[in-house]
Amino acid sequence: MSSPAIVLRARDISRAFPGVQALSGVELTLRAGEVHALMGQNGAGKSTLIKVLTGVHAPDAGSIELSGLLVSPESPIHAQELGISAVHQESHLLPNLSVAENICAGRYPRRPWTRGGGIDWRETERRAAELLASLGINLDVSQLAGPLPAALQQLATVARAVSTDARVLILDEPTSSLDADEVQALFALIRRLRDKGVAILFVTHFLDQVYEICDRMTVLRNGRFVGEYACARLDAHGLIAAMVGREVAAAEKTAATDAAAGDAAAPPVLSARNISRRGQLKPMDIELKAGEVLGLAGLLGSGRTELARLLFALDARDTGDIHIDGQPAELDHPADALQAGLGFCPEDRKHSGIVADLSVRENIALALQARMGLTKFLKLSEQRQIAEKLVAALGIKAASIETPIGQLSGGNQQKAIIARWLATHPRVLILDEPTRGIDVAAKQELMNEILELARGGTAVLFISAEIDEVVRVSDRIMVLRDRAKAGELPRGADEDAVYSMIAASHQP
Amino acid sequence: MKRLTQHMLFWPAVALLLLLVASSLFNASFLALTWRDGHLYGSVIDILNRAAPLMVVSLGMTLVIAVRGLDISVGAVVAISAAVVALMIGGSFSATGEVQSAHPLWMALASALAVAAACGLWNGLLVVKAGMQPIVATLILMVAGRGIAQLLTGGQIITVYYAPFFALGNGYLLGLPVALWIAGSLWAALHLVMSRTALGLFVRSIGGNPEAARVAGVRSSAITLCVYTFCGLAAGIAGLIVSSNVKSADANNAGQLLELDAILAVTLGGTALTGGRFTLAGTVIGALIIQTLTSMIYSLGVPPEVNLVVKAALVFAVMLLQSAEFRQLAVRLARGRAT
Repeated sequence: MSSPAIVLRARDISRAFPGVQALSGVELTLRAGEVHALMGQNGAGKSTLIKVLTGVHAPDAGSIELSGLLVSPESPIHAQELGISAVHQESHLLPNLSVAENICAGRYPRRPWTRGGGIDWRETERRAAELLASLGINLDVSQLAGPLPAALQQLATVARAVSTDARVLILDEPTSSLDADEVQALFALIRRLRDKGVAILFVTHFLDQVYEICDRMTVLRNGRFVGEYACARLDAHGLIAAMVGREVAAAEKTAATDAAAGDAAAPPVLSARNISRRGQLKPMDIELKAGEVLGLAGLLGSGRTELARLLFALDARDTGDIHIDGQPAELDHPADALQAGLGFCPEDRKHSGIVADLSVRENIALALQARMGLTKFLKLSEQRQIAEKLVAALGIKAASIETPIGQLSGGNQQKAIIARWLATHPRVLILDEPTRGIDVAAKQELMNEILELARGGTAVLFISAEIDEVVRVSDRIMVLRDRAKAGELPRGADEDAVYSMIAASHQP
Repeated sequence: MKRLTQHMLFWPAVALLLLLVASSLFNASFLALTWRDGHLYGSVIDILNRAAPLMVVSLGMTLVIAVRGLDISVGAVVAISAAVVALMIGGSFSATGEVQSAHPLWMALASALAVAAACGLWNGLLVVKAGMQPIVATLILMVAGRGIAQLLTGGQIITVYYAPFFALGNGYLLGLPVALWIAGSLWAALHLVMSRTALGLFVRSIGGNPEAARVAGVRSSAITLCVYTFCGLAAGIAGLIVSSNVKSADANNAGQLLELDAILAVTLGGTALTGGRFTLAGTVIGALIIQTLTSMIYSLGVPPEVNLVVKAALVFAVMLLQSAEFRQLAVRLARGRAT
């Protein structure tokens, strides 16, 4: 096998931020016609490396060669002109423009002045259609991008990224909001691009996806280069060991709690009857007992998040009532839910979790202070004490508790938001996708925390798109399908049982 | 050094310093301070004194902008507050030629402030409960408020003769203007409230990420209502200072266009108009920049008809100095020249 041509070579890249050496001496080599995985835990430096490659950050040291020529991207647009395009997890299409307009945005074809000048819309659509057709994407380019499913938008985003004749395509967690079929459609596109000779850098937390599509991988740890490996030569176990620097048995089953959960006669802490919201959730019941972890499983759009939002009064429910400790509870605002002893870690941490400019301490103290109200102030010394304790307990990595939380890596932000709720000693804690975008080792830690919490008597509602996680931590699993309750599974049910319950309606 | 230049207050402070240096170049005695009649005299003191009402209004505006709002009615509220206090003091000459006030001074001051706070509360209700866009909601009071002030004064300039009232705008305490003490203590109090109280934490979290604050159980509407009410109150305080300073209430002109100066002061200070990150100290610097500019233009002897154009040009220059993009461009151009 002849080794493919090297397209991009980054050598000895270093970059520091206040208090953190995000990258030091990192190497990355991308080859034409290969999919290359960039692996590492949260805070390993993946995002920073991508930002260096796309010109968002300038490296403090090191060099980037593109096809043998030294380059220094100064901005994402400059990087794109050089041939390095990136698709980020949160890069979306503009919802109010058509697919064609989105794809050609910034490079609209012009009509000659003899024909009145201006943008040639027909040519715009033709080019977009041609591009999509060449990539095997079947999509009407004249329709608005907004109403399209996330997966199609994702494909169009990738198409837009390569439409600038990209030689290097960076895909930063492109699959995190896609379901299995959609991932396959994206992979088909990636393979097609790979076969055209594009060098692809693929960042994900899903190990199975890495092994499915990638040829090689580069592993980073704490901002340092661990090594480059051929996927065929490093199995998942070895990869995790390289990422975390210690042996972690990824597949090890975490024993579900034995203690409190067993008491079937105990009255539920929270019980909701017949709650529904038009267009989002069909009427359903749910009960949570002290000390148990109730797993909520279902596909994307099955109503998992919608149920959580109704319970926490983030959305108003149309029908049904909620009882806490057997007493009817009037929950009209998240503040009511907070007073009633509920906690909620939202799925979208950037949008509805962190307050980026506030310090870690303030972010952690926020919910507790909200419950204490305006008149009683949580003294700074107490805030510090609480924050220090939780930062240590959850292993949150931050320069100090006074660091703005926005400077932390995603996983540490997530832990800090969980810490915010732990500070309120909730009786019921709802965790919506707490492990999303978190690396394997942190996931394991987080799930241990959840079990610990349940042992302490908290009722936990655990929502995750990853069924294996649900199965691992739950005492009981509630399965949702098409915005309704499909059924419940007792503890000990395996993934297959969950899958077949989810799939039940699709089998005649 | 890098940390210094990245500090939020660095460029506003540089702009203010440059203006002060420029002023002292034009006017050699600009920085001179003298002690006379038991208090300090000098152009700088004068600027601080005159900037006080703007500082007070702008501090209120900073908080409203921080929670992603805007209040363009503050100028009108200044006029209302001035009208109320002038009417309440009223006053008549007694036989001995001594001036009496119609109501006790404290009652007049408290009434003016209460009315101003009520104006702020009204704005807040429109924004929070009626769900109006802040600029539209406060536009109502901006227009109507001045009308109310004119109704109160019957369209006349009401002159106040009651001397104790003049202390607010003209008096001195420990050698410094009373107005400056008021603005300074308001800033200090706000600073403490923002960093050391639950209200401060809530305001900053709502400004930083309203959705996250809601999910964390913060009742944003109550907090936002507080902030608008405070903004009205601050405008009321400024109204007292202004009317005390000119010893009268002029419903047509008191606080005219003050809302725009206040927004400008907040912006010059480094607070983003989109809300979120805000700086009270920056706002104080912003207000000082505006007053320094105004004083500079007067001392330069710029003809009145080009006064506004010169002011606009200087504001433009200050804005450019504070724009990171412009500074980069300037550096790039300078380097291009050099090579």
